[in-house]
Amino acid sequence: MSALLQTEKLTKRYGALVVTDDVSLEVQAGELHAIIGPNGAGKTTLINQLSGELAPNSGSVRFAGKDVTATGINGRARQGLLRSYQITSVFDEFTVRENATLAALGTQRHAFSFWTSLLGDSKALAAANEGIAAAGLAAHADIPASALGYGERRQLELAMALAARPRFLLLDEPMAGMSVQESAAVVTLLQSLKRKYTILLVEHDMNAVFALADRISVLVYGKLLVTGTPEEIRNNAEVRAIYLGEEEVVA
Amino acid sequence: MRMSLRTGDLVPVTLLAGLALLPFAAAAADEPFFTAFFARVLIYAIAATALNVALGLGGLVSLGHALFLGLGMYSVALPAHFGIANGWLHLAACVASCGVVGLLTGYVSLRTSGIAFIMITLAFAQMGYFLVVSLKQFGGDDGMAIAAASEFFGFSLGSGNAVYAVAFCVLVALTVWIARLRSAPFGMTLRAGRQNARRVASVGLALPRYQLAAYVLSAVLCGLAGMLLANLSAYASPSSMSWMVSGELIVMVVLGGMGSVFGPFLGAIAFLGIEEVLKAFTEHWMAVFGLLILGVALLGKAGIAGLLARSNRSISAASKGVKAPLLAESGVRP
Amino acid sequence: MTFSLLLAQLLNGLQYGVLLFLLAAGLTLVFGIMSFVNLAHGSLYMLGAYAAAVVTGATGSFALGVVAALATGTAVGMLLEWAAVSRLYRRDHLDHVLATFGLVLFFNEVTRMIWGPQPLFVTLPEALSGTIEIFGFTYPAYRFLIIAVGLAVAVGSSWLIHRTRVGMLVRAGSVNPQMVGALGVNIRLLNAMLFALGAALAALAGAMAAPILSVQSGMGEAVLITTLVVIVIGGIGSVSGAFYAAIIVGLTDTLGRTYLPLLMREFASRDIANAAGPALASMLVYLLMAVVLAVRPQGLFPAHKG
Repeated sequence: MSALLQTEKLTKRYGALVVTDDVSLEVQAGELHAIIGPNGAGKTTLINQLSGELAPNSGSVRFAGKDVTATGINGRARQGLLRSYQITSVFDEFTVRENATLAALGTQRHAFSFWTSLLGDSKALAAANEGIAAAGLAAHADIPASALGYGERRQLELAMALAARPRFLLLDEPMAGMSVQESAAVVTLLQSLKRKYTILLVEHDMNAVFALADRISVLVYGKLLVTGTPEEIRNNAEVRAIYLGEEEVVA
Repeated sequence: MRMSLRTGDLVPVTLLAGLALLPFAAAAADEPFFTAFFARVLIYAIAATALNVALGLGGLVSLGHALFLGLGMYSVALPAHFGIANGWLHLAACVASCGVVGLLTGYVSLRTSGIAFIMITLAFAQMGYFLVVSLKQFGGDDGMAIAAASEFFGFSLGSGNAVYAVAFCVLVALTVWIARLRSAPFGMTLRAGRQNARRVASVGLALPRYQLAAYVLSAVLCGLAGMLLANLSAYASPSSMSWMVSGELIVMVVLGGMGSVFGPFLGAIAFLGIEEVLKAFTEHWMAVFGLLILGVALLGKAGIAGLLARSNRSISAASKGVKAPLLAESGVRP
Repeated sequence: MTFSLLLAQLLNGLQYGVLLFLLAAGLTLVFGIMSFVNLAHGSLYMLGAYAAAVVTGATGSFALGVVAALATGTAVGMLLEWAAVSRLYRRDHLDHVLATFGLVLFFNEVTRMIWGPQPLFVTLPEALSGTIEIFGFTYPAYRFLIIAVGLAVAVGSSWLIHRTRVGMLVRAGSVNPQMVGALGVNIRLLNAMLFALGAALAALAGAMAAPILSVQSGMGEAVLITTLVVIVIGGIGSVSGAFYAAIIVGLTDTLGRTYLPLLMREFASRDIANAAGPALASMLVYLLMAVVLAVRPQGLFPAHKG
C-alpha cells in the first residue's frame, strides 16, 4: 500500500502560537481518510498547507512521491491534488457548466486560447459534464452559479473538483450548514466516489465520518493525536475524553 | 460558432451600419468635418476596446493607458521626422514599443493590486509624459507635426477618408474578436480572476500570467489607435498622453458597459457626443461634464450596454416563447 | 559643484519633501483606512492655493491667507465627504476613480471660470521675503518657513497618532478598518474627520506653495502624481512612511535635477547630455518607485509589520 499524500513534521507558527505542531500524516491511495478534532484544532490551517495556499514554517508535503512543499496551489491542482472550500467559492457569473469546464481545462492544459469558445473544447467539456453528473447537478448545468441554492453551490464545488480529473480530493467540511437530508445525500455521493478517488475529508459531522472513513486522524491543538480505523478511534480513551460533552459518538 | 444576435445588440449594430455609410453621405453633402469627427470617435472606440480587455474583462484598473496611445502616435511621428513613411515600419515600431513598455510596466504594476496598482499605472504614464515633454528636439510640450503619413503598399493614411476606412475595419474586426475572446479560455480566465482571484489558482491557472498577457495585449491595441490618431491629426503631442486622457478612456469603458462587447463603442460615442453637445451650450462645459461623470459613478456601472441588455431576449428564444437567462448571456455585472 | 550649491539644493529638496509630506499624510490615511482612491486631492491643494492667493491679495496678510486656505480645505473636504465620498466607501476602486476624476474636471473648470486661465501670484510680506544666513550661506527665509511648518506638522501628526486616543483608532484602522467599526466607534464621524483633516493639510500645502509656484487651474495634478509615488514608496496607510518617503523623493528629485545633467556632461557629449539629462532627471523618481516596487511591493515603511 502506497501513500499518495504524506506530510513529514509539518509545522506552522503564527508568532508564538503553534497552529500546526509537527504533523506527520499519510493518506493511502484509494482510501477515504477523515480528519476530526475539536474547534480550533487547526484543521483548516492544515488543509491550507496541503492544498498549497499556505506555506509551512518547516516540514514537507509529498504527493505521489514528489516533494510539493514549494509548489503553489495551481501547480498542485495540475498534479491532481484538488480541494473544495468550506466557505463556498465559485465563479458566480458563470454557469455551472462554465465553472466546471474552466476547472477541467485549467488543470489539464492552459488557457492561452483566444478564439474558440471554452465550451467548445471537447475534452474539457466532456470531463466537466462527467464531474457535473457525478455531483448530481446535471439538471442545473446551464444555470449561473449565483442563482443556485446553498446546497447546490456545495455540489458545484465538488463538480469542479471532479471535473479536474483529480487523483486526490481534499474536502473541507463539505457538509457544513446542511440539513439532515442534504447531509445524507452528500454521504451517498461520497460513498459513490470512494474507490475511484483518494479522499481526505475534514468534517464535524460524526455520523458521516464514521459511515465513510477507512481511517480517521484526530487533530488536537495542532498535534496529531492518533490515527486509526473508526473502531479504534471510537474505543480510544483519549479521544473519548476530548469529545465527551461535545458530541455523542454514534455507535 | 455561437454568436446569437439579441435585441439589445441591435442598437450598436445599427449605429455601426450607419457609420459605414457616413463618409459617403458626408462627401455627398460636402461636409468633411463629420468624417473627421467620427473618425476620431472610431479611434477612441478602438482605444476604449483595448482598455476593455484589461479593465472590463480583467478588472485591471489602469490609469495609464494614454501612455500607449502616445507611444502609438510617436511611432508614426518620429520615423516620419526622419523621412520614413513606410507604414509597416511604423506598425512594427508601434507594436514593439507598446509591447516592451507594456511588458515592463505591467510586470512591475502587477506586483501590486488594488489602489497601488491604479496609482502605479498612473505614475508610469506620467513618467512617459514627462519624458516626451523633455525631448525638446521633438517638439517637447508643443508636440510635433507629422511630416508624412503612414503608407502601406502605396495606400496612404494621409486623408481623413483613408483613416476612417481603416479605423472602421479595425474596430469591427476587434469587436468581433472581443466577442469571441470573452467566451474563449483566455477571456474566461480573466473574467474568473475578476470574480474570485483566489479560486483561479485552485483550478490550475496561474492568473498573474494571464493578467500580464491581457495588459500587454491591451497596450499594443491601444498603440494601434494612437497610430491612427497620429495619421488623422497629422500631429503628435504629449497632451494626448496626459492622465486626463487615461481617465477619459476609463469613463468611456464604464459608460458603455464594462466587459461587454459593444460597450467601448457605445461609450466612445456617448462620451464624445455629450462633449460636443455641451460645448455648443457653454464654454465651461467641462464643469458640467465633470459633474455628469460624478453622477455616473454614484449611480452605478451597468452602463449603456447594461441598459440595453435589460430588454434582451434571445431572438430564437423569443420565438419559442421562452425567456432566456439574462445575466449569464449578457455578461454584464448585476 | 560648490558646497553652498549643495547645501542650497539639500534645503530645497527638504522643502519640496515637506510639501509632499503635507499632501501625502492625508492621502495615505484616506487610502489606507477608508480604502478610498481620491484623485481630487490635488484639487484641494489647488483650492488652498487659490484661497491663500485671493485673501492675501485682498488683505495684504499672508497669515490670513493661510487661515483662509485651511478653512477652505476643511469646508470643501467635509462637503465632499458628506455629499459624495461617504456614499462610495463600499464601492470598488473603479467607482472612486470615476467620481474623483469627475471632480477634478469640475474643480479645474470652476477655477478657470472664476479667476480665468492666467496664473495668480502671491506677494509675500516684507518679513518673509528676505533671506536668512547660516554658516555664512544665505537661503530664502520663506523656504525655511515652509520647512519649519512641514516639520511642525510632522511632529504634530506623530503626537496625534501615537499619543492620543484618536490616533490609536487611526493606527488600528489602518491595519483593520472593519474591526474598528465593530468596536462601536462612530466610524462615520471618524472617516469624515480624517477626510477633512487630509483636505486641510492639502490646502495648507497649496497655501505654502502659492508664493513660490504659480497658482493656476490644473496645478494639482502634477503634484498629486508625485504624492502618489511618495505614498507607494512609503507604504499605503503609513504616515511615518509618508514622511520618510516624502523626504527621500524630495531630495532625489531636487538633487537629481541639479546634478544629473552635470554628471552626464562628464560622460557624454554636450548635445546628448543636454537632451537626456533633464529627461532622465524627470524620470528619476518614477524609476525609484519601480525599483522599490520590484523589491518591496508593500512599500519601505508599511503600516502593518510583516
